[in-house]
Amino acid sequence: MELFALNHAWLIPLVPAAAFIIIGLFFKEFHQLSAGIAVLAGTFSFIMSAAVVMAVLDAGISVEMPFIQKIQWIKIAGMHFSMGVMIDPLSAMMLVVVSLVALLVEIYSIGYMKGDKGYGRFFAYISLFSASMLGLNIAVNFLQMYVFWELVGLCSYLLIGFYYYRISAREAAKKAFITTRIGDFGLLIGILSLQMVFGTVDFMELRHILPVYIAANGTGLLTIIGILLFIGPIGKSGQFPLHVWLPDAMEGPAPVSALIHAATMVVAGVYLVARSYFLFAQLPELLHLIAWLGAFTAFFAASIAITQREIKRILAYSTISQLGYMMMALGVGSLTASMFHLLTHAFFKSLLFLGAGAVMHAINEEADIFKMGGLRKKMPLVFVTMTIGVLAISGLPPFAGFFSKDEILAAAAAVSMPLYIIGTITAFMTAFYMARLLFVVFWGKEQHGHVHKTSYFMQIPLAVLSILAAFAGAAGYVGGFGDWVRFGEAMPEHMNIGLAGISTALSVAAIALAWHIYVSKKYLSDIIAQKMGFIYTVSFNKYYIDEFYAILCRIFIDGIGKIMYFIDLYIIDGIVNTMAALTVYCSRIFSKLQTGQIQTYVAIFFCGVIILLVYTIVFFTKINELAAGGGF
Amino acid sequence: MNIYILYPEITVLLLTLLIVIMDLLLPVQETRRSLAYIAVMVLGCLFISLFYQYHFGISPYFYNKLFYFDNYAIFFKQLFLLAVIFTIMLSLDYADDLRYSGEYYAMLLFSLLGMMVLASANDFVTMFIGLELMTISFYILAAFKNNDENSSEAGIKYLIMGSVATAVTLYGISLIYGAGHSLDFNVLAAETRFFVPLMLTGIVLLIIGMFFKLSIMPFHMWSPDVYEGAPTPITGLLAMGSKAAAIAVFIRILFVAFLHTANYFLPVLAVFAAICMIGGNIAAIKQKNIKRMLAYSSIAQVGYILVGFCAASPQGIKSVLFYVFLYIVANIGAFAVLTVVDKQNKGTDDKAIAGLSKSAPLLAMVMTISLLSMAGIPPTVGFVGKLYLFLAVVEQGYIWLAFIGFIMSMISVYYYLRVVKVMYIGKANNDYINVSAAIKITVIISMLTTLLLGIWPQYLSVLTNFAAISFAL
Repeated sequence: MELFALNHAWLIPLVPAAAFIIIGLFFKEFHQLSAGIAVLAGTFSFIMSAAVVMAVLDAGISVEMPFIQKIQWIKIAGMHFSMGVMIDPLSAMMLVVVSLVALLVEIYSIGYMKGDKGYGRFFAYISLFSASMLGLNIAVNFLQMYVFWELVGLCSYLLIGFYYYRISAREAAKKAFITTRIGDFGLLIGILSLQMVFGTVDFMELRHILPVYIAANGTGLLTIIGILLFIGPIGKSGQFPLHVWLPDAMEGPAPVSALIHAATMVVAGVYLVARSYFLFAQLPELLHLIAWLGAFTAFFAASIAITQREIKRILAYSTISQLGYMMMALGVGSLTASMFHLLTHAFFKSLLFLGAGAVMHAINEEADIFKMGGLRKKMPLVFVTMTIGVLAISGLPPFAGFFSKDEILAAAAAVSMPLYIIGTITAFMTAFYMARLLFVVFWGKEQHGHVHKTSYFMQIPLAVLSILAAFAGAAGYVGGFGDWVRFGEAMPEHMNIGLAGISTALSVAAIALAWHIYVSKKYLSDIIAQKMGFIYTVSFNKYYIDEFYAILCRIFIDGIGKIMYFIDLYIIDGIVNTMAALTVYCSRIFSKLQTGQIQTYVAIFFCGVIILLVYTIVFFTKINELAAGGGF
Repeated sequence: MNIYILYPEITVLLLTLLIVIMDLLLPVQETRRSLAYIAVMVLGCLFISLFYQYHFGISPYFYNKLFYFDNYAIFFKQLFLLAVIFTIMLSLDYADDLRYSGEYYAMLLFSLLGMMVLASANDFVTMFIGLELMTISFYILAAFKNNDENSSEAGIKYLIMGSVATAVTLYGISLIYGAGHSLDFNVLAAETRFFVPLMLTGIVLLIIGMFFKLSIMPFHMWSPDVYEGAPTPITGLLAMGSKAAAIAVFIRILFVAFLHTANYFLPVLAVFAAICMIGGNIAAIKQKNIKRMLAYSSIAQVGYILVGFCAASPQGIKSVLFYVFLYIVANIGAFAVLTVVDKQNKGTDDKAIAGLSKSAPLLAMVMTISLLSMAGIPPTVGFVGKLYLFLAVVEQGYIWLAFIGFIMSMISVYYYLRVVKVMYIGKANNDYINVSAAIKITVIISMLTTLLLGIWPQYLSVLTNFAAISFAL
C-alpha cells in the first residue's frame, strides 16, 4: 500500500481533478451525488497522502533525498520542462494537511451548504481547489508550482465570489484576484529570471547548481531574483502591504474561508519559500527582510484584529498575523518552526473558521460578534471546540499552538532580540483578541431566542479538528517533527523553559484581561476605546490602507485610464476605422471589376501576361548588365 | 519499365470504365448510388494501399523518368484520392437529382486520373496530358446541371478561359523546348543556358498557365463565376483537387526543372503571393454568396501557399504540403455543409445558411471549425499550417511577406466569422434539415481531422517532411 501510494502519488491531485470535471460537467444539478463524489475523491486523496507519509517514514526519504517521478511536459529548442511528483517530508506533510483539512471541510460543507442553489458548483470548485493545491505541493519545479499557484488563485477567486449575486462578494473576488496578481507577476518574473540565469527551474537541479554559481558570481543578482520570487508569497500569503485582500475574502462561504483562506492556499506562499529554501538560505539580507516583514505583518494584523467586530474578519486578521509568524520563522532560519506552525495553524484556524461558520449559520448569518452573545449553552459542542481552538492559538500548553509558537519565538530569540519582543507582544495581543471573540460570542446576554441546530455533518469535522488542535503540537514535539521536516542539520528539540514560561504567562494575562473587560465588565470596553481615541480609530479602520490604495488607484490608474481612453478613441480607433473603410472601399472596386463579361476577363488575363513578360525581359537585361559589369 | 508503379492510375482507369459500362447496363430509373459506393470502396482501398508505398532510397520511375513514383507523388495521390472520395460521398444526394449521375461519377474519376498523373509527371508532355484530362473533366462537371443557366454559364466561361490558358501554357512549353531541346524535367535541370530571352519567356508563359489553374490574381477572373455556377460538390473539388494538382506539378517544375532560375522567379512569386493574399481577402469581404466568398478566400489561401514556395527550402515545401492537406480537409467540411444547404434551401447565400445552428447544429459546428481553420485560428490545424508557412519564409528573409500574411489573416477572420454569425444568430428558414449518413460521416471526419491535427500535428508533419525531402533543394 505504501509503495503503491508512493508510486501513484500523481493520483492524489488527479482524482479530485477528475471529481471536478465529473461534477462540473454532469452532476451539478444532483446535490447529494456531487457532494458524495467530492467527499469520495477527498477521502481517496487523504488515504493516499497518509500512505505517502507512512512510506516517507518507512523508506527513509529525507529532505536531501526526495522521491522524484517526472515526465516531460514541454520541449522547446534548448528548454524542457517536466511535470511530476516530488515527495519529501516537506511535501508529504503538506499533502496530508491539505487533504485532511479539505476532506473535513467537504464533510462540513454537506451540512453547511444545504439548501444552497449552487451546491453542486460549490463541490466542483472545492474539488478543483484541492486538486490544484495538492498539485502545488508535489511540484518538481517552479513552473509546475506556478501553474498550480495560479490555479489555486483562480479557485480562490471563484469561491470568494461564490455568492456572485452579492455585489460585495463580486468586489471582494476581484480585489483578491487583482491583489494576488501583483504578487504573481513578481513571482513569474522571478521564475523567468531563474530560467534565464540558470537554464533550469527544477528544484533539484537548482539546488545543485546554486552553490557553484554563488561561489563564482556572488549573490548580487540572486538577491534580486529572490526578492522577485518573494513578491509572490507576499501577495498569496497576505503579507504587508498586499494583505488587503484577505479580510475581504471572507465574503465567501465559511468552509471556503476555513480551507482556502486559513489552512491551505494562504500558506502556499510560506510553502514556496520553504520549498525553495535552498535559495533563500544563501541570501542573508533577504532572509533578514523576510523576518522583519513577517514580524511586522504579525504585529500589524494583530493590532487591527483587536478592534474588529465581524467574527470572520477578526479571524482573517488573525490569519494574516499567524502567516507573519511563519514568515518570521523562515526569516530567522528555522524552517522547522515555520512548517510546524503551518501544521498546527491549519488545524486550529480551520477549526475556528468552521466554528464561526456554525455560529453564523445558527443565527441567520449574523456576523457582528457584539450581536451574538450567550451562545455557550445553546451550542455546547461549538463552544467547546471553539474554546480549544482559542486556547490553541493563544499558545497555552498543552494545546498545539503552544509548541509551534514557542519554537518560533525561541528561533527568533536566538537571532534577534527585537524580533523576539515583537513576536511576544503579538502573542499577547493574539491571546487577547481571541479571548475577546470567545467571551463576547459565548458569554454575556443571550440575544437570540432560537438558534438553528448544527447538523452532524458540521459537528464531526469540528470534533476531529479540535482533537487535532489539542494534540497535534504535542504529538509533533514528541514525535520528532524537527528531525523530519528540516533544512540542513536537524535542530535538537528543546524547550526553552524561560521563554515558554514568559509567553504562557503573558497569554494567561491577556485572557484574564479580556475576561475582566468583556465578561465581568470591570473595565468597560467603550471607555477604553474612548480613552485610546486615536489609536482605536486607526486600528478600527485598518490603518486606512484600503483608503490609501483607493486614492492611489484614483490618481494613477484612473488618470492613465483617461489618457488611454483618449488615445484609444481618437488615435487607435481612428486608424482602425480608416483602415476598415479603406478595405471595404477596395472590396467594392474588386466587385466592380468582376463584370461577368468574359471579354473583360480575357483582357485582364492578357494584361497580366504582358506585365509579367515585360518585367521578366527588363529584369533579364538588368541581370545581363550586372553580369557584364562583374557585379554578378 | 516498371509498370507496377502505374497501379493507382490503372486501378482508377479500370474503375472508371467499369462505372461507365455499369451505368449503361443499369436501368434508367435506378439510382447510381451503388456505383458511387463501389467507387468509394475501391478508392478507399487504393488510398490505404498507398501508405505502403512510401519508401526510402531511390524512387521507382516509369519509362525513362517521365513518370516518377516518389514519396512526393504518393502523398499527392493520396490527397487527391481523399478529395475525390469525399466529393463522391457528399455528392450522393446531390447526384440523384442529376440526369446523368453515372457519368457524373465517371467524370469525377477521370479528373482524379488527371490529377494523379500530374502528381507524378516528370516531363511536359505527361504533365500536359494530366492537366488536360483533369481540366476537360472539370469543364464538363462545371456544366453538369445542364438545365441550370448558371451551371452552363460556368462551364462555358471555364472552357473559354481555360482554353486561353492552355494555349498560353502550350506556347510556353514549345518555347522551352526550343531553347532547352528537351521536355524532360531532369534534362532541363541539367541545362545551363537559362538566361536567354527565349527560355525566360517560355518559363513565364508556363508559370502563367499554372497561375491560371491556381487562380492567382490577376488570372483569377474565371474562378468566382465558375465557383458560383458549378454544382456545389464540383466547386469543392475545383477548390481543393484542381488547385492541389496544379501545386503538385508547379513545385516539380520550379524546383526540379528550373531549379537554377528559381531564385530569379521567387521575388515574382512573392509579389503574386502578396497580391493574392491582399486581393483575395479584401474581395471576399463584400461577398454575400458563400460559394463566391470561398472562391475569393481560396485565392487568398493559394496566396498563403505561394508564401511557402518563396521559402524555396525543404521546410517551405513541407509547409506547402501541410497546408494543402489542411486546406483540403477544411474545404471538405465547408463544401459538405454547403451541398446540404444548397439542396435543402436552394441557394448558398446568407439567407440560405441563416440559422443553421438551429436547423442543423452539427453542420453549423463543422462549418465554423472549417472556416476557423482557414482563418488560421488555434486549436485548428489551420493555425499550425500558417505557422509552418510563415516560419519557413521568415527564415529566408521574407519578413514583409509574412507580415502581410499576418495582417491579411486578421482581415480574413472578419468574413469567415460573418458566416458564423449568420449561422448562429440569423433566423432559420426551416426547423430541421435532414442530413444523410454519408454527409455526417464526411463532416465528422473533416472536423475531427482539423481539430486533432491542430492539437497533435506531429504525424502529418512527419509525413509531409518525408514527402518534401524528395527534392534536392
